[in-house]
Amino acid sequence: MLSVKDLHAEVDGKEILKGLSLEVPAGEVHAIMGPNGAGKSTLSYVLTGRQGYDVTSGKVTFEGEDLLALEPDERAAKGVFLSFQYPLEIPGVPALTFIRTALNAQRKARGEPEVSAPEFLKLARAKAGELKIDFDMLKRALNVGFSGGEKKRMEILQMAMLSPRFLILDETDSGLDIDALRIVADGVNALRSPDRAMLVITHYQRLLDYIRPDRVHVLSAGRIVASGGPELALELEREGYDKYARAAA
Amino acid sequence: MAAVKQTVEHVASLEKYKHGFVTDIDQEFAPKGLNADIVRFISAKKDEPEWMLQWRLEAFERWLALEEPDWAKVSFPRIDYQDSYYYAAPKTKEGPKSLDEVDPDLLETYKKLGIPLKEQEVLAGVQGAPRYAVDAVFDSVSVVTTFKKELAQAGVIFCPMSEAIREHGDLVRRYLGSVVPVSDNYFACLNSAVFSDGSFVYVPPGVRCPMELSTYFRINAENSGQFERTLIIADAGAYVSYLEGCTAPMRDENQLHAAVVELVALDDAEIKYSTVQNWYPGDPETGKGGIYNFVTKRADCRGDRSKVSWTQVETGSSITWKYPSCVLRGNESSGEFYSIAITNGRQQADTGTKMIHLGANTRSRIISKGISAGKSSNTYRGLVSAHPKARGARNFTQCDSLLIGKHCAAHTVPYIEARNGQAVFEHEATTTRLSEDQLFYAMQRGLSQEEAVQLLVNGFVKDVLQELPMEFAVEAQKLVAISLEGSVG
Repeated sequence: MLSVKDLHAEVDGKEILKGLSLEVPAGEVHAIMGPNGAGKSTLSYVLTGRQGYDVTSGKVTFEGEDLLALEPDERAAKGVFLSFQYPLEIPGVPALTFIRTALNAQRKARGEPEVSAPEFLKLARAKAGELKIDFDMLKRALNVGFSGGEKKRMEILQMAMLSPRFLILDETDSGLDIDALRIVADGVNALRSPDRAMLVITHYQRLLDYIRPDRVHVLSAGRIVASGGPELALELEREGYDKYARAAA
Repeated sequence: MAAVKQTVEHVASLEKYKHGFVTDIDQEFAPKGLNADIVRFISAKKDEPEWMLQWRLEAFERWLALEEPDWAKVSFPRIDYQDSYYYAAPKTKEGPKSLDEVDPDLLETYKKLGIPLKEQEVLAGVQGAPRYAVDAVFDSVSVVTTFKKELAQAGVIFCPMSEAIREHGDLVRRYLGSVVPVSDNYFACLNSAVFSDGSFVYVPPGVRCPMELSTYFRINAENSGQFERTLIIADAGAYVSYLEGCTAPMRDENQLHAAVVELVALDDAEIKYSTVQNWYPGDPETGKGGIYNFVTKRADCRGDRSKVSWTQVETGSSITWKYPSCVLRGNESSGEFYSIAITNGRQQADTGTKMIHLGANTRSRIISKGISAGKSSNTYRGLVSAHPKARGARNFTQCDSLLIGKHCAAHTVPYIEARNGQAVFEHEATTTRLSEDQLFYAMQRGLSQEEAVQLLVNGFVKDVLQELPMEFAVEAQKLVAISLEGSVG
């Protein structure tokens, strides 16, 4: 589904990704683990097309299509979703308005009809219930005054409502207590399906106890330096990143 | 929510300034320039009584002695007051009596402006609506149909100023210039001498005006200025909500719009005055052309417990220079000012309010949202003052500025004077730049860059938009979106 080949990317003229290659087939969940500064967040921004993250060489295709040629909103309409490590506050725009505007923008881009207001509210109510989000919170300005945990849950709610095909979770576990982590993980797991794929970016093995990956990759100094099954995550937890950091250097 | 969606949908389909066309129509002009004879000419055209002519002539004499002010944070070449027409009107014979007799070009103009057909009767000058030019001040749809009758039944007078001078001379004489004195300032004084038309509203004691009143100002003629005069009186216990809209053609030369609006609220009366100003802003690249919008708007909360609320959405004009103000004279009277001022391209705005607390326990509230984009400059200038007798006066001011891009400027100039020990004034101000992070976040969710800007801006101005009457809020929201088109990227 997602294919990354020899990707080089820089930020402010500094090369961060140095020949990264990755294949994520439909139906699979892949975890990317690695030390601080390895390029994990850069990878998520390059895949979603953020300004200032410049690809200098390499290829990224999504279902055979050149992903790098698309604008961020076009990628979103194709089904690429990023759950942000630090979700942004949007003053004056109720969460419901934000999500509905986004959903309809995506549907319009795909040539689908807009969702009606009652249909949308019904969906929002159901998904908020699953994620244990008080529905009244959705009437407040998105993420303004929300706690870290609430913001993360709001990301998963948006994900559930937008129903993307390729999900990138960037440090979704950070700032979550154990109960919130379970709720969020349940939300993510509910989206696992044969025609979806996920990229779970994390420092810690902890999240992977809840969201079981099919493959684990170690990202160090801008490249994938090791890949394996779920057992690799456990090994990293025990032994740390040192040996991979050295290998990359 | 629906409005946001509508904004997003509409913006792509609209041109940047869709009101910029010119109506080609036979017009009658006063000779170019300004002198006492021109003042007499205007007065005669309007068939005015002698007292009105004398009032105008006196204003003209005073104007000659005044200097054009230069304290605002705007810059423009000196205006040649002799190089302008002070009276321009479409040629009509005796004024059309029915829709069929109205010049088809005029009808077409209103249609293009998006004023529904029903409105056109009144707007085109049937039933004695103003004779001032194509860009005439014209009333809202509802007035011509059920409203006129309903208004009369309620005892509400709503008519062009020129008609009011003839038909309701006593009321006009009592209140005209009582809020904005003839020589209050340079532009108000000029207006007093040459004002052409505007609206007059009188709501009798205890009457709640049964509908929104609305006037639409359009400038069409070349080299002409527009000087409208509006006077609204809410008698004891009365209530009225009034809205004005403005557009003008795209022209290379600047045109002067120097209006005066006076509001009088007696005991327990309430006036809500909303403006959606969309004069031609000039060329966004060169700054050429556009309207100079130099307006004096003031409300006198003359009665105890009276209340006036100004709401303005300022998106047009090359230069905006206006401070809708409240003189809180009555005890426990209150004033509100809600403003959205948007500047893009090379526009300059210096706008704000004055809240003059004279009576005891008077209250005022100011919410100002300034948005600067392109190479524009946007200044909030406001005065809050409490006089010795204004014990217990309270004010809350919030001024927020949003910058879009790197070449614009925002300024906040608050003046605060408390001349007694019991006044409580609060002032909050913020300046933020539209963040790339927020934009990316919204775009990652599927919004295009323009849609993302609109959504974020709509969030920023929400507190003010919700003060507008419902149907205009949607219109204003679209306008906000259009004004900011092309401001990013």
